[in-house]
Amino acid sequence: MKLPAPRGAVSAAAIDLLSGRDVAVPAPDSDEDLQLALFICYEMAYRGWDGVDDAYEWDPGLLRLRAGLETRFEAGLHELVGPPAPVEPADVPRLLLETVEADDGPALSKYLRGRATHGQFREFVAHRSVYHLREADPHTWAIPRLSGRPKAALIEIQLDEYGGGVTDRMHQELFKKTMRWFGLDLSYGAYVDSVGAATLRVNNIMSFFGLHRRRRGAILGHLAAYEMTSSLPNRAYASGLRRLGGDADATAFYDEHVEADSVHEQIAAHDLCGSFAAAEPELAGDVLWGARCALAVDNLWAGAVLAAWADGRSSLRDC
Amino acid sequence: MTSTITPYEDGPLIIRGDFELRGPDGELIEPGRATVALCRCGRSAVKPFCDGTHKVAKFKAGTGRDTPAPR
Ligand code: FES
Ligand SMILES: [Fe+2]
Ligand SMILES: [Fe+2]
Repeated sequence: MKLPAPRGAVSAAAIDLLSGRDVAVPAPDSDEDLQLALFICYEMAYRGWDGVDDAYEWDPGLLRLRAGLETRFEAGLHELVGPPAPVEPADVPRLLLETVEADDGPALSKYLRGRATHGQFREFVAHRSVYHLREADPHTWAIPRLSGRPKAALIEIQLDEYGGGVTDRMHQELFKKTMRWFGLDLSYGAYVDSVGAATLRVNNIMSFFGLHRRRRGAILGHLAAYEMTSSLPNRAYASGLRRLGGDADATAFYDEHVEADSVHEQIAAHDLCGSFAAAEPELAGDVLWGARCALAVDNLWAGAVLAAWADGRSSLRDC
Repeated sequence: MTSTITPYEDGPLIIRGDFELRGPDGELIEPGRATVALCRCGRSAVKPFCDGTHKVAKFKAGTGRDTPAPR
């Protein structure tokens, strides 16, 4: 993927650093600048940037820059949902359910089902492509950090995310069918330059949790929140897409998630997070915190998209 | 062929392992994945599978037998 254009001093510094230039690390000019800089740093752990030496993944200068950005990123999460609070490990599945039930985020799925235009739905797909083309990857980082029952539960979910090892059934691949129907660019990261801070934050939080072993509780809570708030919205996306004339290929990704996540949500809440909290009780609070962060960050994104549409604007930065 | 069927609280029955889903005349029902969730609230739009509607329906059910085994 091509390095994006900078959006301020610190994203410019991240790009310069990866291009081999000596840089002084400035403070971010804006949230756009911070989120893009962090996204640029994190991508070295996924598939990397065109023309950038893979060795930069572990470059001390890049890691120092990243750590400074993460401090600000974490402070932002604390502002949004407060710090993690200890919880009774046995209560984790029930508390996860209460957390997702209490969530009253912006009604993006309802809008997409009933009202979105073809162009708006297409924008939605472009935003989501930044994650869906690497769907499940950040949560996979938790696997070697677990053992026993929670590990088996995570693998049971991830195996399904990766299509049981069949390329065409991988959720990452299924999403390309939806993108193709909209005539979007299928290449990985094609829309990074087009999406704003809110979309980048949705992606950064998964890397922030997933790349650090000490945040393994939070990445599992994040996964549970995603699985537990998926089947009903995906049904709404599929019917919205059918309303716009989408065929079975166009809706395959969403139809698959209605059924798959009805399975995953049970495994995630009980077998994964419940047994993880029992095994590592001191991290039980992190599981809940990760779930709360996931919902809050997604709600900010949905709110930004709906606000743009309400103003008659595009929710993307240029196209 | 070994498989397990697990009732999840207020939710579906999860089937794991080596199983086949068949209709009354023996016709195979494609499960689509290795572990499946069968609807037990009656409200799913993709029966026999669960589609998460049990949450909207406020379905309540335990995870074991409601009454002792009859024999
Ligand atoms: S048990 Fe989930 S929809 Fe019926
Ligand atoms: Fe998925
Ligand atoms: Fe899933």
